[in-house]
Amino acid sequence: MRDSWDIVKLARHPKRPTSIDLIGYLFSDFIELKGDRLFKDDSSIVGGIGTLNGIPVTVIAEEKGFDTNSKIQRNFGMPHPEGYRKAIRLMRQAEKFNRPIITIIDTPGAYPGIGAEERGQAQAIAYNLYEMMGLKTPIITVVLSEGGSGGALAIGVADKIIMFENSVFSILSPEGFASILYKDASLASKAANLMKLTAFDLKELNIIDEIVFEGNGLHEDKLVGYKNLKEVLIDLIKKESITPIEKLLENRYMKYRNIGVYLEGVKDESKI
Amino acid sequence: MNDFISQRKDKLKQFKELISKSESSKPIDIPEGLFLKCEGCGDVIYEKELEQNLNTCPTCDYHFKINATQRIELITDESSFKPYFNDISSLNPLNMPSYNEKLEIAINNTNQLEAFVCGIGSIEGKKCAIGVLDSTFMMGSMGSVVGEKVTRLIELSIQQRLPLVIFSASGGARMQEGILSLMQMAKTSGALYYHNQKGLLFISVLTNPTTGGVAASFASLGDINIAEKSSLIGFAGPRVIKQTINEDLPAHFQTAEFQLEKGQVDMVVNRSNLKSVIGLILEIHRGNHYA
Repeated sequence: MRDSWDIVKLARHPKRPTSIDLIGYLFSDFIELKGDRLFKDDSSIVGGIGTLNGIPVTVIAEEKGFDTNSKIQRNFGMPHPEGYRKAIRLMRQAEKFNRPIITIIDTPGAYPGIGAEERGQAQAIAYNLYEMMGLKTPIITVVLSEGGSGGALAIGVADKIIMFENSVFSILSPEGFASILYKDASLASKAANLMKLTAFDLKELNIIDEIVFEGNGLHEDKLVGYKNLKEVLIDLIKKESITPIEKLLENRYMKYRNIGVYLEGVKDESKI
Repeated sequence: MNDFISQRKDKLKQFKELISKSESSKPIDIPEGLFLKCEGCGDVIYEKELEQNLNTCPTCDYHFKINATQRIELITDESSFKPYFNDISSLNPLNMPSYNEKLEIAINNTNQLEAFVCGIGSIEGKKCAIGVLDSTFMMGSMGSVVGEKVTRLIELSIQQRLPLVIFSASGGARMQEGILSLMQMAKTSGALYYHNQKGLLFISVLTNPTTGGVAASFASLGDINIAEKSSLIGFAGPRVIKQTINEDLPAHFQTAEFQLEKGQVDMVVNRSNLKSVIGLILEIHRGNHYA
């Protein structure tokens, strides 16, 4: 059993490639499409079209940036509402042209700021969750490195969810979790091991569908993981594309409908 | 409506004055039980008087938080409410330390099994599916049980072609259930997608506070979003935002009035008017449900 905190560190490794690099590998003909048509373009989310093994697809990806300048420009991969609104605009376009959608998650979370709140961060995320449930085209989500909270989920309602071996997906950062649970953010490593945030944990909990192995890790040799992902993506898109739309949507709804662990039937009449 | 708006403006002005007044006032020691200090203006209120005034401050109209039982009593027609799905309770699926104890305390304090109480009742004679999040139960946070009950209520409203009214009061997704809580956001929002497809009405009432994963899922998806007066509404909590941007937040940031101004809610309503406003909206949509 690998230590979860080691995986968190690998997911945040400075040499780990970001979404733009992965997009360049997967789609040699990628064309970027910008803007939400309402307010502005948010470059912490990259969207566009291209072909995967000859099949036209729409791609939506959270991009953290790879050096100081690009990190600042990309707001460290923390989208504003306009980013999520661009994402849903391009996803509807994909539905119109019957293109499967591939989303790539890599974010610490949605941006917590004044402008984000003024423009309805909560509403933008909620609306994406709601719309993605009904989009009449296959959706495949890939967690590249870090999937943080509602900011990740807002592009992650999918038919199939794939996680890289050294990626994490969680309700909040281990630091945030530790500061609530232990009142001490420095206990993040301890929190990480409780949180069930690795690909292996989430496969076991039936939240995700596939794990893509990375060999020595994307930070050492990205091509091993990239190749493995491409094979899985092509295979899943083929399968999902021949599923009748009604069945696809029913499966998508039931995938999320069935998530949750609770006790039922111990009736206590005195309590509501 | 104009009357209502000018009334609200007056109240807001009053509220502003009182807030600036309260900043300078010193905390007063009050014996517990009989008297309360208003969080809005700092005035001392006799508890009985507060109760008679729908738990709103007689001086500044600040709305105190109320629990699910009080909310149901306030909103539904007398003895019309029938609870549903009340035998679902939380487990500790991720084995989080002290979660069991927290649940036990919340259950004992509230006499409820979980933070969401729901069922079928009538509001001003109109039958509807009603759900209430209770902020006195673990901050009204959404884990597996809350997500499941919200989803079942939405599905019940679809089956019976009833309008849906949900009162939210929540700090967000429940941390102790980790990713399972996060996924309830997709589950509840997804159920609303199908509710919407059936042409049914959803009135979302955002009460104090509605933030995090609840604000970023079903609570923001009403055909009509109503904010109750004095509510804090937003995605990220003010403390987190302050830490991130390292500057002071504007006055009235994330208040109900702020959300109205920014276009996130349709109206801000006083507790005393809430039932009649909801009743009126339900009446206008009568033909869409009861035929």
